[in-house]
Amino acid sequence: MFDEMTVGGQVRPPYAPVAAWLDETGLPLLDLRAKEAEALFRRVGITFAVYGEGGDPERLIPFDLVPRVIGAAEWAQLAAGIEQRARALNAFLYDVYHRREILRAGRVPSRLVTSNPAFLPEMIGFDPPGRVYSHVVGIDLVRTAEDHFAVLEDNCRTPSGVSYMLENREIMMRLFPDLFAEGRVRPVDGYPNDLRRTLEEVAPPACRQDPEVAVLTPGPFNSAYYEHSYLADLMGAALVEARDLFVRDGRVWRRTTRGPRVVDVIYRRIDDDFLDPLVFRPDSMLGVPGLMNAYLSGGVTICSAPGAGVADDKAIYTYVPEMIDFYLGEKPILANVPTWKCSDPDDLAHVLAHLPELVVKEVDGSGGYGMLVGPRATKQEVDAYRKRVEADPEGFIAQPTLDLSTAPTLVGGEIEGRHVDLRPYCLVGKEIRLTPGGLTRVALRKGSLVVNSSQGGGVKDTWVLSEDAR
Amino acid sequence: MLSRTAANLYWMSRYVERADATARLLTMGARMTMLPGAAARGDWQSVLQAAAAGMPEGDVIGRREAIRHLLLDGEGGSIRACLIRARANGRAERTALTSQMWEALNDDWRHLDTVTEAEASQHLPAYIDWAHRRAATFRGATETTMLRDDRYDFVRLGGQLERAAMTLRLLEVKYLALLPERDVIGGARDLYQWTALLLAASALRAYHHVYRGDYAPWNVADLLVLNREFPRSAAFCIERVRGALGRLEDRYGQRHACHDQVEALNARLAGVTMEQVFADGLHEFVTATLSEVLSLHATIGEAYDF
Amino acid sequence: MRLRLFPTTFDTQLVSRWRVSVNGEAVHPNLTDGCAVPEGVWSGDGPTEMLEIVAEGDVERSDDAGVVRGLKERTPTELFLRPTDLTTTNEAIRGLAEGARRPDRLDTLHTLAAAVRDAVDYRPETTDMATSAAEALAQKAGVCQDHAHVFCAAARHLGLPARYVAGYYLPGEDAGLSQTHGWAEGYAEGLGWVGFDVANRTCPTRDHVRVAIGLDASRAALISGAVAAPATGSSEERMTASVAISSQQQQ
Repeated sequence: MFDEMTVGGQVRPPYAPVAAWLDETGLPLLDLRAKEAEALFRRVGITFAVYGEGGDPERLIPFDLVPRVIGAAEWAQLAAGIEQRARALNAFLYDVYHRREILRAGRVPSRLVTSNPAFLPEMIGFDPPGRVYSHVVGIDLVRTAEDHFAVLEDNCRTPSGVSYMLENREIMMRLFPDLFAEGRVRPVDGYPNDLRRTLEEVAPPACRQDPEVAVLTPGPFNSAYYEHSYLADLMGAALVEARDLFVRDGRVWRRTTRGPRVVDVIYRRIDDDFLDPLVFRPDSMLGVPGLMNAYLSGGVTICSAPGAGVADDKAIYTYVPEMIDFYLGEKPILANVPTWKCSDPDDLAHVLAHLPELVVKEVDGSGGYGMLVGPRATKQEVDAYRKRVEADPEGFIAQPTLDLSTAPTLVGGEIEGRHVDLRPYCLVGKEIRLTPGGLTRVALRKGSLVVNSSQGGGVKDTWVLSEDAR
Repeated sequence: MLSRTAANLYWMSRYVERADATARLLTMGARMTMLPGAAARGDWQSVLQAAAAGMPEGDVIGRREAIRHLLLDGEGGSIRACLIRARANGRAERTALTSQMWEALNDDWRHLDTVTEAEASQHLPAYIDWAHRRAATFRGATETTMLRDDRYDFVRLGGQLERAAMTLRLLEVKYLALLPERDVIGGARDLYQWTALLLAASALRAYHHVYRGDYAPWNVADLLVLNREFPRSAAFCIERVRGALGRLEDRYGQRHACHDQVEALNARLAGVTMEQVFADGLHEFVTATLSEVLSLHATIGEAYDF
Repeated sequence: MRLRLFPTTFDTQLVSRWRVSVNGEAVHPNLTDGCAVPEGVWSGDGPTEMLEIVAEGDVERSDDAGVVRGLKERTPTELFLRPTDLTTTNEAIRGLAEGARRPDRLDTLHTLAAAVRDAVDYRPETTDMATSAAEALAQKAGVCQDHAHVFCAAARHLGLPARYVAGYYLPGEDAGLSQTHGWAEGYAEGLGWVGFDVANRTCPTRDHVRVAIGLDASRAALISGAVAAPATGSSEERMTASVAISSQQQQ
């Protein structure tokens, strides 16, 4: 098992400052600071809701004080890989909604795309501004060895969590100013501005002045509402719900006390299904009637584009290396995790024979729900899951149980290694912008590999060093 | 500002005022039922009518029922329901509120959740005081911490309009209850009624201060409708609504139908005396003014698109 | 309101004049989807008592035995293998489909159309907009929409792309008035899209005007709208439709 801080009893160079700081500060003071951090988070109001658990609907996500550190050279490699992936995914989306070259060439099975519910017929032949479909690509990475990162999954729709990336840094700078005194940690606070520029760059053809950006939220009862309002505030954009918007004369307007105000770019944090009741869900009262017509006729830009989800399906994921080769003519910089597709009879046989060793996921699942972690499951759980896979093989993929890296974490007054992953946020507009680092999620339960906040995960500040120590 | 934000702020403030006014009605009802002749008068019925709390037709309304409808119910026009709605409106616009305003709405908001009717009946004054304190804390937080921008104007609009409506509704209902037969006007029974009415408007002291002498129906009506110094009178509240709308007009550079309407209403209340009102019929005047206030609510909504 | 009331011109359907209006206000299509179906939108100001939507014009049809040619479509035919809520298969539909399987695809589609019509009696007002193919087949009764849905579900099960068509139909020489009509199209390799008016046991004729298509009736709806409920009070919707078609013999 690879530990991010210590290898063979030696502290790895990127972690030298953190290791020294841990020694100097001592555990009692760290514990005290951890409580201060929690109080700060609660005061700021960063909370999230957990579905189906009842209890306090405004819960805090646990924050761990010990930063996760990535060296400058390590990051350079990661960044190149992330950008490459974001480019390929967008090229794929453009292709499947136009000439379908990659499908015709037989490099990706056409059925996986065309019969995918996330593939929207309404988008066929439409050119989104800048040909960008996924404007915020969240790529979940895990590390299994000093020199090996792998992509666990892609998020092309509306990846969340970026507010934690920003707030984690704010809190750390406030609690431990000395830690940052050397100035070697690359800042992350440029993200909201980068997001705003990205969104402005994809203004629709009908926009004639400075683009007006709005963040579209399902409302205060959504678990990520805090993030929506936070990003809107920091971008200087309006925070709107669907009922604040209406379509008139091919454009989208928001209702204000000064009368209607035009909206050019919508950064939506709602699902495709709830964008426009005239197109997607006639039974639903949610959404903005006529929004899709305004979008498809160039009156507004929706980010991410409706139908972008076809690229982050877990069955499509296995073909991303193909996309990189097909569209960019490059070798993938970041590896995929080996994946068995249960739709394939040979793979299915292998998966069913090795269920207790594998991690099995629903192809359209997310948030760590509905998955089987073989080695940690009881025999009954494995058997129940087996029945589900047998009933609908197409709905599942399986991966080996990865030996995720651990990072030092303050747990119960002690520093112990806990498994971590990393989600960087890559912005795609006319150019690609990548904030150094991202969100590190940590599985706080000993030995657990599930880092999702909904399943007992926490978060850490993520440092990218501006230069490596010699 | 989004129209939805304006609507939420407006309603938040309306509901706080309504809870406050409903608490005063409870005080009035509790007092009247302790006076002679209570059983025949059906005092609680008229109190519920004044609260616009909605009541089951034909039911016998006693103290318990009144406490349920006006204080404890999770829905309808009870104090608890009003405060829950005020908080929900505030919660939707947390970023538009100061932290003190939010705390005033949020602290202790489940206080009435587990209170039984028996408990409430036994300690009614304490619960009524509690409700007044919630409203007072909220108003205080608003006045001392809120930026005087358009958000503040919408908070004011909602609060003042609600106050005007509640006072007029009280007068409308009690006036009817007072005049089953013309000949009893000025009789001893009226005295209780008018005192209770002043009590419901927290106007007992103010009445003595302004009119000294004995209770007279036209003086009571004057205080509640036309007086420009008494902060729960219809005229006072409408003057404040006019002020808030005027500030919005200046800010936005936009004049709407509601501006003309509030000017007209304000002028009407300023240009009439109680003698004239009584000559033309107090009830007609109160009803007409109330419907004008409700219509103003609608035109404000139209103007600012909520 | 989303209006897809604009028939398009293809090899055997010539639209020479067409006008759509809502309460007298002209609506023009502002985009055309990947299946070459144009759409336009109309939105109203304030409360409305009644909306009158009028679509009128001249369409010249010639015989084509139901084969639709000359449309500029960009949607891959295999998209129309996708099941929807209204066209989900069940055992009964699969059984019906298997019974119609023939070596030749066109033959299969014709056999299937006849089999669906035999299995589902034409009986108005036994189903509604939300009735699924499986439900209609189970109760052995329905209207043109249900016939088309069962046809689509079964054809897709056989691996043959199929879709729903919404349009107009002139039922007879003297009949002046009817409802809008629905039928299906199946894809036969080499020939292209072929229409099947299952309810009338025919392929579309010169009496059929093809307007909009989709995976099922709800996605091929000619008119879809949303009504903003007023802040107070209630709102009610009721829709009535009438279609008047007069046929003109070519000189």
